Amino acid sequence: MNEERAKPKVSPKREPMTRQDPHVRRHNFEEVALGYTEEQAVREAQRCLSCKKKPCVSGCPVEIEIPEFVKFIAERRFQEAIDKIHEKNSLPAICGRVCPQEDQCEKMCILGKKWEPLAIGRLERFVADYEMRKGEINIPKLPTPTGKKVAVVGSGPAGLTLAGDLAKMGHHVVIFEALHAPGGVLVYGIPEFRLPKEIVRKEVEYIKKLGVEVVTNFVVGKTRTIEELLRDGFDAVFVGAGAGLPYFMNIPGENLNGVYSANEFLTRSNLMKAYLFPEYDTPIKVGRRVAVVGGGNVAMDSARTAMRLGGEEVYCVYRRSRAEMPAREEEIENALEEGMILKELTNPVRIIGDENGWVREIECIKMKLGEPDSSGRRRPVPIEGSEFRLGVDVVVIAIGQGPNPLIPSTTPGLKTTKWGNIIAEEQTGATSLEGVFAGGDIVTGAATVILAMGAGRRAARAIDEYLRKK
Amino acid sequence: MFKILRKEVLTPQTKLFVVEAPLIATKVEPGQFVVLRIDEKGERIPLTVADFDREKGTLTLIFQEVGKTTYHLGTLNEGDAILDLVGPLGRPSEIENFGKVACVGGGIGIAPVYPIARALKAAGNEVISIIGARSKDLLILEKEMAEVSHEIYVTTDDGSYGKKAFVTQELERLIKEGYRFAFAIGIGPVPMMKAFALVTTRYAIPAKVSLNPIMVDGTGMCGVCRVSVSGVTRFACVDGPEFDASEVDFDLLTARQRIYCEEERQSLERYQQSKCGGCERE
Ligand SMILES: Cc1cc2nc3c(=O)[nH]c(=O)nc-3n(C[C@H](O)[C@H](O)[C@H](O)COP(=O)(O)OP(=O)(O)OC[C@H]3O[C@@H](n4cnc5c(N)ncnc54)[C@H](O)[C@@H]3O)c2cc1C
Ligand SMILES: Cc1cc2nc3c(=O)[nH]c(=O)nc-3n(C[C@H](O)[C@H](O)[C@H](O)COP(=O)(O)OP(=O)(O)OC[C@H]3O[C@@H](n4cnc5c(N)ncnc54)[C@H](O)[C@@H]3O)c2cc1C
Ligand code: SF4
Ligand code: SF4
Ligand code: FES
Repeated sequence: MNEERAKPKVSPKREPMTRQDPHVRRHNFEEVALGYTEEQAVREAQRCLSCKKKPCVSGCPVEIEIPEFVKFIAERRFQEAIDKIHEKNSLPAICGRVCPQEDQCEKMCILGKKWEPLAIGRLERFVADYEMRKGEINIPKLPTPTGKKVAVVGSGPAGLTLAGDLAKMGHHVVIFEALHAPGGVLVYGIPEFRLPKEIVRKEVEYIKKLGVEVVTNFVVGKTRTIEELLRDGFDAVFVGAGAGLPYFMNIPGENLNGVYSANEFLTRSNLMKAYLFPEYDTPIKVGRRVAVVGGGNVAMDSARTAMRLGGEEVYCVYRRSRAEMPAREEEIENALEEGMILKELTNPVRIIGDENGWVREIECIKMKLGEPDSSGRRRPVPIEGSEFRLGVDVVVIAIGQGPNPLIPSTTPGLKTTKWGNIIAEEQTGATSLEGVFAGGDIVTGAATVILAMGAGRRAARAIDEYLRKK
Repeated sequence: MFKILRKEVLTPQTKLFVVEAPLIATKVEPGQFVVLRIDEKGERIPLTVADFDREKGTLTLIFQEVGKTTYHLGTLNEGDAILDLVGPLGRPSEIENFGKVACVGGGIGIAPVYPIARALKAAGNEVISIIGARSKDLLILEKEMAEVSHEIYVTTDDGSYGKKAFVTQELERLIKEGYRFAFAIGIGPVPMMKAFALVTTRYAIPAKVSLNPIMVDGTGMCGVCRVSVSGVTRFACVDGPEFDASEVDFDLLTARQRIYCEEERQSLERYQQSKCGGCERE
């Protein structure tokens, strides 16, 4: 299609997505964004210019053929659209929801130069949901088994993607997961209102249908070590153990009752369903006034969870300004709409407790932005004498996660960086040990779902090659 | 699913299960624990592995009924199964030939002391055990402990059996009588471990305690189990559960164990009402 001619017909604005009313959704855990109807999806798809150079594709870490699948939607050929996506992405219902599209595919979209970019993520979600609603999911024909066995540590997006790919290549794959449910951060971290767990469950079902075995309650390094797995008859091991170690700030008062790591807060709520206490056994403290420390996706998820649990005044305490917040813009907006109070340029200095060891106040200091630091962001510096206190009864520390040392410490010869991340080749995931590959957050540090999937995909190719040579 | 092969009622509030868990049984060492979840709506709780049989592929768990989950667990019977069981978690006890060692267990704490005492004896130590409970009918594992000890002393708080004393008083008495312990391990309720730390520190005996903070995952992921040791925050599930007795901040441990007091009460009441309401036989 000729771009010049197409332009005048294109609506400058994207098709809006219906969302639950902020006042309503603040009190429930149901999904916030309700998805496109068929009509909306077709209308939005028709905005695509089918650019020859496909700049959007270069923005997608797994290189989905975006113009092609969008064209199928415009023509109402929804099944073909999802089949097209499945060629490159095994978890489209998840990516369509949680990918930071504004920094990836949509950032590169030509439409975005003048108008709003095509809503690629929403369209991807639409067709993925379409297939799920239909019920039956097309299982590709599997090749004859190669007789090779691969062990996968961790069932997050990296491990799931790799397992699916290797199964499709005819290898026997067993995923070992430490928790009682597969999915990694998708089940214990990202809340139901952003990513319904039913979707993760179905994606895992799909991978099982490909012949992948999923063993839960199995901590590699404890139940069996990597060495033992290799001795047990696995031909290769992939480590996708994620970044599951919560960081604290090392300020006074962090061990007071009522101070949570975001991991604990979100795990209780998501994985253990503490928001349904006492029907479910796991409790969680519902603060009336809550301070969440940090400005990333994890902080937004914690703040929004706190509001849904009944928090009346929920603060987000962030040391830089809103412009520097690493969370997705959409999620910051959602959180603010729901009533989160942003305390930007503010850093906690200590947490103050009562005589029984419970959080009562958090003392903060105002910050200003100074010279840019090594990451290019302007470094926040404290303004002397600007300390003030917020009265709170729950504090959630969401300043980041590091790699869990369990695997490196039980795997002699496995090289790590000084921060404890496993060192792996970017293109193959190969580590310092023969037959052991790694990818996802355990290698890169906390990143994104789609990057973890990309790492899983590349490692699958490398492992396949390794097994065929072996 | 993890099948319960044998159930024993040790005291009205203390039950013993032998569960089938072959993978864990091949690896577990004294001092380690498992995390279990009874069913889909259940909470994850940690229990020490009180014994294991590598050949049969079984673990022995001994637990005291203190709240909703442990009461519920106590209603399960032989042939029933536990939905989730993961382990072995935590670091094993450091077993060496120290010479003369004291193994001190209070209440339910005798269960985790038992495999440690046995391993210490097997390593060539002279094992002096001191076990105690609030009263006679709460005392567990006396026979088993006697088998793995060179000497055993028994106390009860109310004097209904053994000597009327706290285990830590008995420990101090032995030290004063001239027992020169090269190492001591003490496990029990927090006030007992705190007293144990005071005694062992006073007499400069290298000593360990096994801490029991609230846990969720048991793999270092959530941080709820943080304890303060030598002024540094540690995660008991991966850095412990054993720590140097003299370095532990027991008051912090006590405070943090109380986080969910209200919810625990609510949960137990609801559970007991549902039991009565449903006319279920306990
Ligand atoms: C609250 C939150 C919100 C986020 N929001 C977004 C978002 O909106 N968009 C986005 O793109 N990204 C988001 N992310 C980041 C994204 O979820 C991660 O980058 C991604 O999940 C990493 O995938 P992974 O497969 O490397 O590891 P994980 O998802 O962390 O999975 C690792 C799995 O390995 C298991 N494991 C660890 N050690 C062992 C062991 N020794 N034995 C067995 N199993 C083990 C863990 O239990 C876990 O299940 C978010 C993260 C969090 C925490
Ligand atoms: C590493 C470790 C090993 C353990 N080993 C054993 C064992 O072998 N046998 C055994 O009976 N118990 C053991 N415990 C304690 C056991 O986990 C708790 O008793 C259990 O979680 C209580 O659950 P509940 O729902 O029945 O009671 P809750 O309703 O959770 O609690 C009821 C009461 O018990 C107290 N409590 C809660 N959690 C703990 C805890 N972690 N430790 C001590 N008291 C607690 C509460 O303060 C409350 O007063 C261990 C704990 C840890 C951390
Ligand atoms: S996977 Fe993510 S980056 Fe790729 S097209 Fe879909 S939403 Fe965009
Ligand atoms: S850049 Fe935008 S308009 Fe062009 S093909 Fe990609 S999605 Fe369509
Ligand atoms: S129990 Fe979660 S980190 Fe220890």
